[in-house]
Amino acid sequence: MNMIKDYEMVIGLEVHVELKTKTKIFCSCPTTFGAEPNTHVCPVCLGLPGTLPVLNRQVVDYAIKAGLATNCSITEFSKSDRKNYFYPDLPKAYQISQYDLPLCQHGHLDIETEKGSKRIGITRIHIEEDAGKLVHDDEYGTMLDANRCGVPLIEIVSEPDIRSAEEAVAYLKKLRAVILYTGVSDCKMQEGSMRADVNLSVRKKGTEKFGTRTEMKNLNSFTFIAKAIEYEYKRQVEAIESGEEIVQETRRFDQASGKTFSMRKKEDANDYRYFPDPDLAPIISPYQHILELKAQIPELPDARKAKYMEKYGLTAYDAEMIVEDMDISDYFERAVKNTSYSKILANLLIGDCFSITTAEEPEIKISPEALAKIAEMTGAGDINSSTGKKLIKTLWGKDIDPALYVTENNLGQINDKTLLKSYFDKAVESNPKVVSDYKAGKKAAIKSIQGMVMRETGGRANPQLLNEITEEFTASLI
Amino acid sequence: MIKKSIRELSQGLRGKEFTSVELTKLYLDEIKKKDEEIGAFLSITEEKALGMAKKADAIIAEGGGSPLTGIPMAVKDNICTKGVKTTCASKMLYNFVPPYEAHVTGKLFDEGAVMLGKLNMDEFAMGSTCENSAFRKTKNPRNTAHVPGGSSGGSAAAVAADECVYSLGSDTGGSIRQPASFCGVVGMKPTYGSVSRFGLVAFASSLDQIGPLTKSVEDNAIVLNTITGHDERDTTSVKRTYDDFTSEIGKSVKGMKIGIIKEFFGEGISDEVKEAVMNAAKTYESMGAELVELSIPRLDYALPAYYVISSAEASSNLARFDGARYGYRSEKYDDITELYKNSRSEGFGAEVKRRIMLGTFALSSGYYDAYYKKALQVRTLIINDFNRAFESCDFILSPVSPTTAYKLGEKTGDPLEMYLGDIYTVPVNIAGVPSLSMPCGTGKNNLPIGMQLIGPLFSEKMLYRAGYCFEQA
Repeated sequence: MNMIKDYEMVIGLEVHVELKTKTKIFCSCPTTFGAEPNTHVCPVCLGLPGTLPVLNRQVVDYAIKAGLATNCSITEFSKSDRKNYFYPDLPKAYQISQYDLPLCQHGHLDIETEKGSKRIGITRIHIEEDAGKLVHDDEYGTMLDANRCGVPLIEIVSEPDIRSAEEAVAYLKKLRAVILYTGVSDCKMQEGSMRADVNLSVRKKGTEKFGTRTEMKNLNSFTFIAKAIEYEYKRQVEAIESGEEIVQETRRFDQASGKTFSMRKKEDANDYRYFPDPDLAPIISPYQHILELKAQIPELPDARKAKYMEKYGLTAYDAEMIVEDMDISDYFERAVKNTSYSKILANLLIGDCFSITTAEEPEIKISPEALAKIAEMTGAGDINSSTGKKLIKTLWGKDIDPALYVTENNLGQINDKTLLKSYFDKAVESNPKVVSDYKAGKKAAIKSIQGMVMRETGGRANPQLLNEITEEFTASLI
Repeated sequence: MIKKSIRELSQGLRGKEFTSVELTKLYLDEIKKKDEEIGAFLSITEEKALGMAKKADAIIAEGGGSPLTGIPMAVKDNICTKGVKTTCASKMLYNFVPPYEAHVTGKLFDEGAVMLGKLNMDEFAMGSTCENSAFRKTKNPRNTAHVPGGSSGGSAAAVAADECVYSLGSDTGGSIRQPASFCGVVGMKPTYGSVSRFGLVAFASSLDQIGPLTKSVEDNAIVLNTITGHDERDTTSVKRTYDDFTSEIGKSVKGMKIGIIKEFFGEGISDEVKEAVMNAAKTYESMGAELVELSIPRLDYALPAYYVISSAEASSNLARFDGARYGYRSEKYDDITELYKNSRSEGFGAEVKRRIMLGTFALSSGYYDAYYKKALQVRTLIINDFNRAFESCDFILSPVSPTTAYKLGEKTGDPLEMYLGDIYTVPVNIAGVPSLSMPCGTGKNNLPIGMQLIGPLFSEKMLYRAGYCFEQA
C-alpha cells in the first residue's frame, strides 16, 4: 500500500465529559452512576409539562475550570440554547445546550508524541444536559432509564489539527489528565463519563482543502479510538483511490470486527433549530469570579512537565508519561525529594512500575520513599540496575526497606575488580570450549562467560567492571 | 350571595354568617345549574372542594388564614394541579394527572383556597374564542350565542356566570384580558416574571404569565397579592419586594397622566368600542387626570413579531408531547417515527398544529435570522417604544379588543382575521408590562366592552388604584 503514504488524515475530536457535581444540571436529583433504573428522576428531569429548569451554578464553575485548564478564554456573558430533536431518550424533545455563546472558547493543549511536541487547538467548550438510556429487552421491548437525563456534561470541541491516531490518543490522554487535575470529572471511559466522537477526513499531502468528513460517535476506549481511526483512514483512502466519493455521514465502529459501518447519511441529519432557551436567564460569570476559580486549579501537567525537564533532566516524553496522571505525578514529586538520581527514578517508574500496574489495578504498591531509595542505591552503584528492577518486583505490595533488604540478602553490587576477575577466570577455566569458539570467530560466545559470572555472583556483579574484564581478556587472546 | 366580593364573603365566613362548606356547596349547585349551558368547566372536583372547604373552616375557626381562605375558585386547565387531571383542553393530555402542584395553586391552597374544578380553554392556550378546546364549547354568559373569548374563556365565563368567586387564567397574547373584556369581568396580566410559571404548561415561555380573573378590581388585587412573588423553581421569576397591590385602592387619579395611543383608535376598531373607551378617558379627565396623546410607531410589527416568537417557542415547548411517555398515544404505529407522527397528528387540534408548523419553520436553519432573530429585534424596539411612552404618562388607556365578543363559529374559518383581534393585547406581552382589563360599557346584544390600563413594569398597584377609581365612578 504505497498510495496511502500520499494521503494524510485530518481529525477533529468532540469529547463529552460528565461533570462530577452531586446533583443534575437543572434539578436536584443525584448524579451517581449505577443506580436502579428511574430512581434518580423527578418531574423536572423527566421534562413533565409545566416544569422548569434551574441551572446548577456548580456546573458552570466546573466548565469554566475545564476551560481555564485548557487555555480557553471564558465567555463572561453566555446563555443556554435549545437543541430540538425527537428521540425517546430525550424527554423534552430538546436538549438544553449552548449554541453561539459557549462558556469557553479559543483554547489549546500541547501534546507529546514520538515525533515531538504539537499544539492542538480547542474551538470551544460548552455545557449541556445528558439524555437518558434506552434499554432493549426481549420481553418488554425498548425501555427508558431516565437516571442519566440531566446529568451535566461538557462538550470539548477540538480544531481539526490532529493528523494521526497517535496524536488523537495523546490529545485525549492530555485532555483527560488536565480535567482530572482540575477535579471536575473522573473521566471514566468505561462508565461513559468520558466519550469521544471522531470527525475524520483525508486529503492528499500538500493540499489545503479538507476532504469530506465522516463522524464516528461515542467511542469509549483509547484502543478503539486508535483502531477506528486507522480503519476509517484506510477505508477513505481506498475509496478515493478507487474513484468513489466520500459521503458525509455518521459511522458506527464495530468493536468485534474493528470496522466502521454507515449509520446515518447527512441528508437524514436533523435541523436542530437552535434558539435561546426562554426558561433560563443568561449565564453571567464576572471576571472576579473567573479569577477565583482559576486560583482553585492545582499546578497543571504542562507546568509540572516543564519543571521535570528543567529541574530533573527528564526527557519531554518521560515527563509527559508521568504528568499524564496526577496521582503518578504526585507520587513522583514525593519520591524525587529523596534522591538526586531523578532520571533513574523516572526510568524505574515508567519502565518497571508501569509494567506491573494495569488499568484495573493502577496503584503503585511501593512507597515513593522506597522507590527513591532503589534509585539512589542504583545511581550510587550500591546495587546494579538489574537488582534494582528485581527489587521493585520483590518488594511490590510489601512494606520493607530496600536498603535493609539488600544488606540482609547480600544483594550489594560487587565492585571489587580483583574479586570479579577471579569469578571470571574460574568460569573460563571450566568452559574451555568458549575460548576455542571465540577464537574460531564466534565472538558472542564470550557472553556466556559473563552470564556465568552473573549467575555465580547472584546477579551482583558490577556490569561495567565485568565488561572491562571481558574486554581485557579477549584482547589478551589476540 | 354568589355576586359578593371576596372581602364580603371573607367577612361573612369570619362573622360565622356561613361556613366555607356551605359557600362551596352553593357554588357547586350553581355550576350544576348553569354549566351544562355555559360550558366553563372541564372537570368539577366536588369531593376535593368540600375537603378543602372543611379545612378552610377549621383554619377560620382558629382565627387564621387570609382573605382567600374558604373562598371557592377555579383554575384554567393548563395550570398543573397535583392529583387532578390537567388537560390543556387537548386530546394529547386527556388523561394527564400531574404529580406536582403549580406554584400559584400551591400558594392559594396553602392559604385555604377552595378549588371547585378546572376550566375550559383554547387547546394549549392557542386561540381567542375557546372554540379550540378539544372537549367542549364555552358560551358567553352575557349572551350565549357568543363566545366568551380566549384562550382563558372558561376562566372568564365561570366568573361572569357566578360559578366561582374568582379564577386563574394565563395570558400569552391577551388570553386573560380579552375573555375578561368579552365577559365583562376584571382580568390582570401581571408584569412578566412577577408570578412564577412553575406548573403552567408552557405555550410561549417568554410571554406566558398567570393572572387572576375576578368580579371586581379589589378582588383582583387580593388574589394577585397571594400568587405574586419569587419562586426559585422559575429562573424567570424576579426576586424583589412586591407591593401590597391593594394599598393604593381608594386613592384618586388626580394629576395622573393617561396616555392614549393614537394608532389604537384608527382602522379596524368598532365604533362602540372606540366610543366606550374614549368615554372612559373622559371620565378619568373629569376625575382630574390629564390625557396625553402618544404614538407607538412600531406597533404594526407587534403582531407579526408576536406570532413568530410565540409559535417558535410553542413548537419547541410542545415537542415533548410525542406519545412515548404519557398522554395520548396513537394505536397505529409500527416504529417510533410513526408513533410520534400519528400520536401528534391525532392528538393535536388544527390550530395547535398550525402554530407548531409556523414556529418550526421560523426556527429552521436558513430562516432563523429572517424570522425569529428579526422578531426578537422588533421586541426590543417595542420595549423601547413603551419605555418612551411611560416617560410622558403614568399609564396607557387602550381598548382590549377591536370588537365585542364574536358569535359562536363566526371566526373559526379565518385564522388570520382571528389573529388580528389580538392587535391591542400582544404588544403588552412583548414588552412584558402589566395590564388590567376591565369593563367600560355595554355594546349591542348586551355584550360587554372592555378597556385595559397598561403600566410600566411592576406598576400593578397603580393600575389597581386607577381601575378602582373608574369602577367606582
